[in-house]
Amino acid sequence: MNDAPKVDEESVPAFVRGVRLHNDEARDQWVLLAPERMLKLDGIAVEILKRVDGELDLGAIVDDLCTTFKAERGQVLTDCSAFLQQLVDRRMVTI
Amino acid sequence: MNAQPVPPPHSLLAELTHRCPLQCPYCSNPLELTKKSSELSTDAWKQVLSQAARLGVIHVHFSGGEPTARKDITELMAHARDAGLYTNLITSGVLMNEGRLDALLDAGLDHLQLSIQDLESPNADRIGGYQGGHEKKLALAREVRARGAALTINAVVHRQNVENVAAIIDLAVELDAGRLEVAHVQYYGWALKNRAALIPTREQLDKATAVVKEAIERLKGKLVIDYVVPDYYARFPKPCMGGWGRVGICVTPSGKALPCHAAETITHLTFDNVQEKSLQDIWQTSQAFQAYRGFDWMEEPCKSCERREVDWGGCRCQAFAFAGRAEATDPACSKSELHGRLHELAETESGQEPPPFEYRRIGAA
Ligand code: SF4
Ligand code: SF4
Repeated sequence: MNDAPKVDEESVPAFVRGVRLHNDEARDQWVLLAPERMLKLDGIAVEILKRVDGELDLGAIVDDLCTTFKAERGQVLTDCSAFLQQLVDRRMVTI
Repeated sequence: MNAQPVPPPHSLLAELTHRCPLQCPYCSNPLELTKKSSELSTDAWKQVLSQAARLGVIHVHFSGGEPTARKDITELMAHARDAGLYTNLITSGVLMNEGRLDALLDAGLDHLQLSIQDLESPNADRIGGYQGGHEKKLALAREVRARGAALTINAVVHRQNVENVAAIIDLAVELDAGRLEVAHVQYYGWALKNRAALIPTREQLDKATAVVKEAIERLKGKLVIDYVVPDYYARFPKPCMGGWGRVGICVTPSGKALPCHAAETITHLTFDNVQEKSLQDIWQTSQAFQAYRGFDWMEEPCKSCERREVDWGGCRCQAFAFAGRAEATDPACSKSELHGRLHELAETESGQEPPPFEYRRIGAA
């Protein structure tokens, strides 16, 4: 167990200062940059993170993704929560 | 062999200067320190930064010596950020004040990595060879966090401070750092010279490792902890630099481009200078970078080892220092015939009274 906060629909994710999205043109790859860390992002991760602005809550992000990609809400919510929880655990995102 | 273009590097270690107010006896700088008069100009560094970004570098680490000893550090920071690089400042912090910090953050500093020498002043200042340094560092850490900026505390540990690891972790939490690096000394440069005074006992190492492991799990979401172990007691070597000429490039204060910051200790390598060749050209063709890239240079047991893509045969500099040949297997590997000697050295030296430090000073080696 650890005491990292847990992501739910009401969480409002925001990037921690020093963490930012970056389009690595040399390798044609979106990445999330953080102190001494670089996460390669797949297409879905990029779509989630482009919606992280410190204002939208997770519920709203999921709604938007569902409309844009015509996906089933329950699954999207599960995937987004798991993905964002990892980033919270790694102190890249706050909620 | 290298008909294919080499994939671009991810990181640039920009050693802006060897000047530093501190004198850490484990400093990774070479014994022959570069004088101010031989340092690259502001424009030359700007060119290096632009070329690095074009080449595909993502992270730039401004280091030294003490990078803020350069008056143009803010200008270089802004230039790096404009070029699209993620900027990291590796600093001892003692030359900083609030004004300089604000200027650097305004210029686009992404992340500040602050070294501490121990938990508390008397011993920390003794190790760093700088009175009052530790208090200044703590004050700077608080200023950084008061501004919400990303902070890493870098604690180099060894026989004379490793017992404080648990308390150092608490200190990092109290300072609200996002990341803590607990790095056992790596024995190159000045550290090699001071090895007998620094190398921990096996018992100290095991204890520190257990403390850190427990804290990593407990502090998830609060503090990221990276742990660097000393390879003298290890079974397998570290993947030095993530592979020679594979992910990183280092530029020295005078402009030499190195595959690793200690590479100059390998005496038969020839290094190109960024004032004469572009970084792109150096990365692709420089003799020093080609020498130990990939696997073709390897000998047995590395050549047919299943770990060769895990650790790339370990550290070339350590192989050269011990075996006299950089192609040899890193003696930190249990498959090296010199491995036993490394263990023995560590055990003998760590069991004796530590000799006095030979402090890092320009002209003292
Ligand atoms: S290790 Fe110590 S002496 Fe060496 S550059 Fe860093 S602060 Fe200065
Ligand atoms: S033999 Fe070479 S490749 Fe294999 S583990 Fe040892 S150093 Fe690594």
